[in-house]
Amino acid sequence: MLHDMNDGDSVMIRSRGLTKVFGSIRAVDGIDFDIGKGEAFGFLGPNGAGKSTAMRMIAGVSRRSSGDLTILGMDPNRYGPDIRGHLGVVPQQDNLDTDIRVRDNLIVYGRYFGLPLSYLRTKADELLEFAQLEDKAGAKVESLSGGMKRRLTIARALVNEPEILLLDEPTTGLDPQARHILWDRLFRLKESGVTLVITTHYMDEAEQLCDRLMVMDKGRIMAEGTPANLIRRYSSREVVELRFGSDRNEDAAKRLEGTGDRIEVLPDRVLIYTDDGERDLERIVAGGMRPVTTLVRRSSLEDVFLRLTGRSLVE
Amino acid sequence: MRARSEAASLLSARRSRKAMLFGTWYVAEHGLRTMSSYVTTIITGSIFNPLIYLFALGIGIGSYIDANAGGIGQQGVSYLTFVGPALLASAGLTAAFEETTYVVMGGFRWSRIFWAMNATPLRGSQIANGVLLAAGFRIVFTVVAFWLFLFAFGAAPSPWAPLAIPAAILSALAFGAVMMAIACRIEDDDSWFSIIYRLVIAPMFLFSGTFFPVERYPLGLRWIAWISPLWHGSQLGRVASYGLEQPAWLVMVHLGYLVALLAIGMRLSHTGFERRLSK
Repeated sequence: MLHDMNDGDSVMIRSRGLTKVFGSIRAVDGIDFDIGKGEAFGFLGPNGAGKSTAMRMIAGVSRRSSGDLTILGMDPNRYGPDIRGHLGVVPQQDNLDTDIRVRDNLIVYGRYFGLPLSYLRTKADELLEFAQLEDKAGAKVESLSGGMKRRLTIARALVNEPEILLLDEPTTGLDPQARHILWDRLFRLKESGVTLVITTHYMDEAEQLCDRLMVMDKGRIMAEGTPANLIRRYSSREVVELRFGSDRNEDAAKRLEGTGDRIEVLPDRVLIYTDDGERDLERIVAGGMRPVTTLVRRSSLEDVFLRLTGRSLVE
Repeated sequence: MRARSEAASLLSARRSRKAMLFGTWYVAEHGLRTMSSYVTTIITGSIFNPLIYLFALGIGIGSYIDANAGGIGQQGVSYLTFVGPALLASAGLTAAFEETTYVVMGGFRWSRIFWAMNATPLRGSQIANGVLLAAGFRIVFTVVAFWLFLFAFGAAPSPWAPLAIPAAILSALAFGAVMMAIACRIEDDDSWFSIIYRLVIAPMFLFSGTFFPVERYPLGLRWIAWISPLWHGSQLGRVASYGLEQPAWLVMVHLGYLVALLAIGMRLSHTGFERRLSK
């Protein structure tokens, strides 16, 4: 029944023209992608880009409006439950079971896969250790911090030893320290060969975790590639950020024309895309301009997104 | 991490196979674990609720009616004997209401646990079945406890009286299935349940021939009883409990109505759960 995936074909998820329509809104509008075995694949885009909708289709729950989708060689419209048996899902919104305790959350969830209690008791302890929640085993879910809840949700998603782990905005709402702990756990999973599919609107998360990225906006794919490759393709090596004060940025940008490869004016600052930021900054200052603050930095995915859509990732 | 083959060896290649067979039970198992957190409420409710009603209606109103009218209905049974099977069914219905409305709203909206269940091989229809199965356990417990009190109060004289138990359970399940079909379609506002309680449940309790025979109501109100699972369950219970004389066809109508309500309620719950989860 399970289609053979080991016939040299290591594609875990294949999408062609995948579309989801809600009423008159095309939430996902004809996207194509392949995700390979062991890959960490990211959907990067702002809120409302269609990432979560795409994710719910990949998770084998949300029915596509049109297009083709195969997960582990199976069509989710027909084999949803079979596919879901091989997936681990970490939803954007925590849906832990608040009526039962931390360790029981892992056991009860494992039962839904038909796993025997004898297996689940050992597995639950192992997962608690992985999630660094050993001393919270008997705690109520509500007493956990945001980061702990996320780690428990990830641990729960691993109870069936999934081949693919889907993470929808895994670190949204977490403080920096909690994010780093989480990233570390996800790295370990990646090392152990689990295919990761991540949606995020944080460029640092995308850079940290993903081997390959798909930049999405308004339900469509804007670009695809490795983080470094995307930056090379859509941005310059360096960026000079200048702040002249909100009402003077526009005028300053006019005077700066010709500097660098490209100039982008944001409400609070002017960005100059260039190969040598320090050199350009020296010239600007020598030319008599007096920005309030200056910063020279390397190009990031944020710049890629700005270039592709004319908007910032986080608004 | 441990060798990654352990779960794989426990799960067949078709990982949904076990979940397909036992999924309903896994969901019910979750429901029972959840109930265990308020098991004291369930048990005390199941003891005090019948006691209060049986004292008030048996010793209070009942002794008054029995002394003045010599019992109730065409057969002139004691008031407590008359009202007992209806109270039994209504205790079941109340338990069903609690376990199918707020539980379903919670699963979709509050804890969102149904979405978590649906991320595993479980299907929407199995989640609905599991919710009703778990409710069924509570209903059985409530009804059996209530019946034992009825029996102890001498309000279940017929040798067939224990059959009032399945009658009450069936009407509670039928009602629960319908409530679940409604609850899974309510997207955002839980005050719907208090409206339903006031406009549907309370009138149903009062106008379903619970406290006196439906024949006493004006024709214009009898339809409430006819559509109410409580009335059909109560009448079946009365046939069993003290041999209320009902033509065989009417007994079949009572049974048939409840079974049909259960089937329709479950069908609508399945489509409601599936649709909401697969959006």
